[in-house]
Formats: sequence, structure tokens, C-alpha cells
Amino acid sequence: MLAFNFFGATEGGLFDINATLPLMAIQVVALTYILNSLFFKPVGNVVEKREKFVSNNIIEAKNKLSEVKKLEADLLNQLQSARSEALRIVNEAENESDKLYKEALELANNEANASKEKARLEIESQTSAARDQLSKQADDLSELIVNRLILEK
Amino acid sequence: MFFNSLLTNFAALEVGQHLYWQIGNIRLHGQVFLTSWILLGALLVFISLGTKKMENDPKGLQNLLEFLWDYIRDLARTQIGEKVYRDWMPFIGTLFLFVFVSNWGGALIPWRLIKLPSGELGAPTADINTTIALALLVSLSYFYAGLSNKGWRYFEYYVHPTPIMLPFKILEDFTKPLSLSFRLFGNILADELVVGVLVFLVPLILPIPVMFLGLFTSAIQALIFATLAAYYIGEAVEEHH
Repeated sequence: MLAFNFFGATEGGLFDINATLPLMAIQVVALTYILNSLFFKPVGNVVEKREKFVSNNIIEAKNKLSEVKKLEADLLNQLQSARSEALRIVNEAENESDKLYKEALELANNEANASKEKARLEIESQTSAARDQLSKQADDLSELIVNRLILEK
Repeated sequence: MFFNSLLTNFAALEVGQHLYWQIGNIRLHGQVFLTSWILLGALLVFISLGTKKMENDPKGLQNLLEFLWDYIRDLARTQIGEKVYRDWMPFIGTLFLFVFVSNWGGALIPWRLIKLPSGELGAPTADINTTIALALLVSLSYFYAGLSNKGWRYFEYYVHPTPIMLPFKILEDFTKPLSLSFRLFGNILADELVVGVLVFLVPLILPIPVMFLGLFTSAIQALIFATLAAYYIGEAVEEHH
């Protein structure tokens, strides 16, 4: 009797299929709709809104980062060009001052040479004048000596 | 003699006894509905509490519910595919939650303390009516999913790699709900029986590992049921090229 009931035929048993089946199916379908409006939709909205927010922020941050990198490269370029410009200016100034120095040196040299030459010429002319005078005096003196000698005789 | 006493012991566990409700001409298994209403009521209360104050910065129950939602979405998305998983996520999720809550509720709550005139309260999924109802809903769903997504081209699936597959694919339409329903029913009923028999024979300590095993099986069965349902729907909506 029990064994018979165990696999159930008419009344009870494990495999007793009756109206429980369709009613349970209806209950599960109803539960699907209830859970959809109570659970899946609201939670999904919140989660997806957050996911969108996070991914938007990530994109924005990436954009900003690339902008920063671009600006950094820009600044680096500017710095580089400024440095080379400064180097150029310094070189130019050095050249310029070098040139000026050389010019001034040459000018001074020339001047010095000219005044040296002038002094030499003056010395020379004075020397020759002195020599002329001396030879004239010698002539005079010799004439005087000759005259005296002649007179004594 | 021993066999008889064993059967009497089973009889003490009241296997296959039901609390019948008679409404007009139809007969229902009352204990199934009672437990399912209690468990689903608890589930709905839990969910309403968790979704009452939804914040962008989740706290407490909302965290848990969001984790659950994410878990179900991943399950549906991997099995059904990116294109239509949204339509079926509530159904898959409901299957998972219903089976999980039923299994765990049946295993965790000491229903035996509540005496019924006939039969006893237990997991709703330990009743063949419940599991067949779920399995038939899955069958209807994948037919509906296939037909609504691909129209009559859905039946290309039956001859997909070669027409030789036709009889096997037709057979599959019967074996799918059969295996779904009997796997769930068998696992949960077997767990209840093992625990019941062990408690009957050795009331202390020994049944505890088996109870933990039962909880594990219950969770796995819920996951298997939902995954297979999603897989069948995914198979039906998949485009063959």
C-alpha cells in the first residue's frame, strides 16, 4: 500500500501532477512582472546610470590627459626654441663685441703707429737740423781757426 | 521485514503526501503554495527594502541587490548574447531567484515544526508540479524568443549543420524540459530525503555536513537552472551564418 503510494497513481505520491502546475506557472509569470518593476528596472537604471557616469568621466579624463600632454609638448617646444634663440643672441653679442674690440684695437694701434712715426720724423728733422747747425758751426770754427793761423803768420 | 520498516520510516517522513486544497473541480498541493507564498513574500519584502532609497552611492542592502543584478546580467549576457539579453534578463533573474529562494528556504527553515493535517511544508521545488511548470515556461520562452527574433527562419535551427540533425533537434525539444524539471526536482527532493532520513536515524551532529552539502547543491541547482534556461534562449535567438 505504501509502496504503491510512493510512486503515486490515483491519490498523492511524488509524481502527482494536477492543477498546481498551471497555477504555479501563472504565479512565476506574475512574479516575473513584479520583480521586473520592483527589482530589475530600478536597480538596472541606477547601475547603468552609474556605469555611464563612470565611463563618461573616464573619457573626459583621458581627453584632459591628452590635452595636458599636448600642452606639455608645446611648452617643451617653446622652451627649446627660446633656449636656442638665447644661445643665438649670446653668440651674436659675443661676435659683435669681438669685432668691436678688434676694431678698437686696430684703431689704437694705427694711432699709436702714426704718433710714433710723427715723433720719429720730428726727431729725424731735429737731428738733421742739429747736425746742419753743428756742421755750420764747425765750418765757422774751422774758418776762424784758419783765419787766425793765417793772421799770425 | 527490514524493507517494510524502512518504508514505515519513509512514511514517517511523509514522502509523497500532500495537503490537498479542493477548489471546485480542481485539486491543488496546498503545502507548495503555502511555502512559496511565504518565501516569495520574504523575497519581495527584502527587495522592496533594498530598492526603497536608491542612491548613486550604494549602501547596505542596495549594494547586495546591485551585486545580484550584476550577477544575473552577466549570466544572461554570456548565455543569450549582447543583442537580446535585456529582454530576457527579468525572466532569467526571476527563475534564478525563485529556484534559489525555494531551495534555500526549503533547506534552511525548520518547516517540520509547523504541523499540517496532511503532508508537510518544504521546498516548493521539491514538488514535481513546480519544476515542470518552470521547465515548460522555459520551453515556451525559447520558442517565443526564436520565433519573435527570427520569424519562420527559427526553424532553420532544426536543420542547422545538416538535415540529419532534424530528429535529434525535435527530440531535444522534449528532453530539454524533461531534464530541466527532473534534475531540479530530483536534487532537491533527494537532499530533503537524505537530511530527513539522517535526522531520523542520528538526530545530532551527523546531519550537519549533509545539510551544508544540501545548501551547496541548492545554490548550484538554481544557477544550473537559470544558466540552462538562458542557454536555450540564446541558442534559439542565435544567428547562423
